[in-house]
Amino acid sequence: MDALTVDRIQFAFTIIFHYLFPQLTMGLALLIVILKSIALRTNNDLYNQAAHFWARIFAINFAMGVVTGIPMEFQFGTNWAAFSKATGGVIGQTLAMEGVFSFFLESSFLGLFLFGERRLGPRLHWMAAFLVFLGSWLSGFFIIATNAWMQHPVGYRITATGAIELESFWSLLSNPWLRWQYPHNMSASVITASVVMAATGAFYLLTDQHRAHARIFVRTGVIAGAIASCLMMYPLGDAQGRNVAIYQPTTLSAMEGLFHTQKGAPLSILGQPDMQTQTLDNPVVVPDVLSFLTYRRWHASVKGLDAYPHDQWPDNVPLLYYAYHNMVGLGTFFIAILVFCLWNLWRGVLFESRLLLWALMLLAPFPYIATIFGWMTAELGRQPWLVYGLIRTAQGASPQVSAGNVMFTLIGFAGMYAVLSALFLFLIYFEVSRGPHADVQGPAAPARTAAGR
Amino acid sequence: MALFWFCAVGAMLAVYATLDGFDLGAGIIHLLVARTEAERRAVLRSIGPVWDGNEVWLIAAGGVLFMAFPTLYAASFSGFYLPLMAVLWLLILRGISLEFRNHIDSPVWAPLWDVIFAGASAALAGFYGAAIGNILRGVPLDRSGYFFLPLWTNFRIGKQVGILDWFTIVVGLATFLAMAEHGALWVAMKTGGNLEARCRRLAALGWWPVLLFTALVASLGPLVQPHLLEQIARHPWGYVFPAIALGGLLGMKHFNAPATGRRAFVCSCMYLAGIAASIAFGIFPYVLPSSLDPGFGLTVYNAAAPPHSLAIGLAWFVPGMILATGYIFIAYRGFAGKVGIEDEGY
Repeated sequence: MDALTVDRIQFAFTIIFHYLFPQLTMGLALLIVILKSIALRTNNDLYNQAAHFWARIFAINFAMGVVTGIPMEFQFGTNWAAFSKATGGVIGQTLAMEGVFSFFLESSFLGLFLFGERRLGPRLHWMAAFLVFLGSWLSGFFIIATNAWMQHPVGYRITATGAIELESFWSLLSNPWLRWQYPHNMSASVITASVVMAATGAFYLLTDQHRAHARIFVRTGVIAGAIASCLMMYPLGDAQGRNVAIYQPTTLSAMEGLFHTQKGAPLSILGQPDMQTQTLDNPVVVPDVLSFLTYRRWHASVKGLDAYPHDQWPDNVPLLYYAYHNMVGLGTFFIAILVFCLWNLWRGVLFESRLLLWALMLLAPFPYIATIFGWMTAELGRQPWLVYGLIRTAQGASPQVSAGNVMFTLIGFAGMYAVLSALFLFLIYFEVSRGPHADVQGPAAPARTAAGR
Repeated sequence: MALFWFCAVGAMLAVYATLDGFDLGAGIIHLLVARTEAERRAVLRSIGPVWDGNEVWLIAAGGVLFMAFPTLYAASFSGFYLPLMAVLWLLILRGISLEFRNHIDSPVWAPLWDVIFAGASAALAGFYGAAIGNILRGVPLDRSGYFFLPLWTNFRIGKQVGILDWFTIVVGLATFLAMAEHGALWVAMKTGGNLEARCRRLAALGWWPVLLFTALVASLGPLVQPHLLEQIARHPWGYVFPAIALGGLLGMKHFNAPATGRRAFVCSCMYLAGIAASIAFGIFPYVLPSSLDPGFGLTVYNAAAPPHSLAIGLAWFVPGMILATGYIFIAYRGFAGKVGIEDEGY
């Protein structure tokens, strides 16, 4: 394997592992603020206890996010030095802003949120929770702004010496790609947190523990999850797809498995891209729908991969196609289950339906899988470019770091993260077993929450 | 403009060294000074709510370095590939050992986490020191603007250097000792009773090796990197930085007694900041000297991002840092005073 391949595998592996944690914490921060707000408004202490339980889960995930996040910032320099050298003047801005504007905010107020409930009183404690939420969503914004620039570079110019200079700060932050990618991503995070919360509640109801808290978990999770998953389809997913069609047309053809340009292009539901024959094997398609979704006209012509030079095609079309189809398939599935649960919640029978509670409980891992596939769609779809149309992936790697050295650190990360996973799962199991009852002595019992975070 | 960013990154790293320095130091010494479980917990409580905020300074400094000096960021991070990865793994180990120790109250596991925490803290201090040593000595940057260093070659300074040679090891040890001393003074300031007394004793004892190694690095440095002497001969006002460090060092000895409040610790901060400023001043205008040819070295000017990028950065950096300082002030104020041995709730 050449160094470039190992560099790519290492980045993919470490970023996928890292993002499992912020994916939950960003959404969960919002749900915790909602629980705290209800507690403040209604004086119902059950909601405070529910928030307290989720704060403990949040703290563990946050810690995992921090320790696995530092390697991401470092790897821009260690493994992608040529890319960093060229683009630091632009994406260094958003990455540095994340540190300055959100990490200081998050780390300062998370300590107060976790340790200071008694000292701060209910209003200030709500404020601390809100600031943690704000910090984590800002952090997501700056990271997506960075990624959006790589997907669709704007606001830059190339200087006489070949460096990339940021020309307009405003363009960087109002990138049309960012406008839809950010809410699309945050909505996925809210779905994740909602489903995890509902699944935990369903587990407690099925095992007949903590029933009062469990109802709050299921109710909050199902309502928030149903709203977020519907928004995800329209307008967010639709708009994101149209951005791809406008700014990365090659990617659109590849992820839809459309090899040949055609009028009234079909939307493929199932099928396997065959790169030799450039066809879709065993296709199950809906005629004309892709044309409609892309151009809002049933018979519009959609360009296939054959319309573009081969060296501009994403380098792994089948994987991109499967990633995209799995994401969309799972997203549709979430809408079906969550909306059906919402209807049963409204009818007042959800808490007694063992079948639906089982379904909610088993749903927990799927938002993670859908999000991994979603990000694979974004990143594989951008290939062969590192910065779309500007820098090819092959030009971005560190010129002097050998494949052997990267292999060494890749194996090191794999071992380290295997240990982290085992410890993490154990801690989550431990906290879920303790349940929301363990610290129910009113709002003033911050004993034994997460360490130092 | 590039000069401003040089000072900004330097200042952020100096703040990182003084803040994360005390929690690294507390990690290094806690097995020595804390004898009982309650004392161990008191040491951990003294850094608990702030240590990850302290690490944010490293992350933020890294981000600003990326933005303002992309060439330096790219060359140094890829050149120091292996030690940086080791630093990452040590940061991970250190973070999780603190986290797990405090989530799971188990007499079986706690000693393991304590040892990992102490070992990772000590190794991090050593690696940071070795990194400073490499910057002082220079690295084999060539015409391409890149280099790659193995962890070690033959431990000599010559054509084929590694990350670790006798000079960088000396700087690594000096850093380890300075961090341990800094941590001892912090824990002494934040605790009382036997724990404080033991920290004071350790700090009094540890002061002599710190002095010795400071003198050693100060005398070896100019031999390894002659630019340091040229720089200070050209700008004699620069003597003010080593003077601050020396003042801090003497103050650490003078004020290290019970009931002196934070004076000894503040002197230790002065010492670390003085050393950081001396190094930054000494290698200026270089940010990463080349050991092959001075002309290949990266300077503040040839490593900086294009001017308009730097100007835009200024617009958000200044208000951003003012805000951040505000949060940190709130976080530290919420946590002022000594921690008790018997306090629960951490």
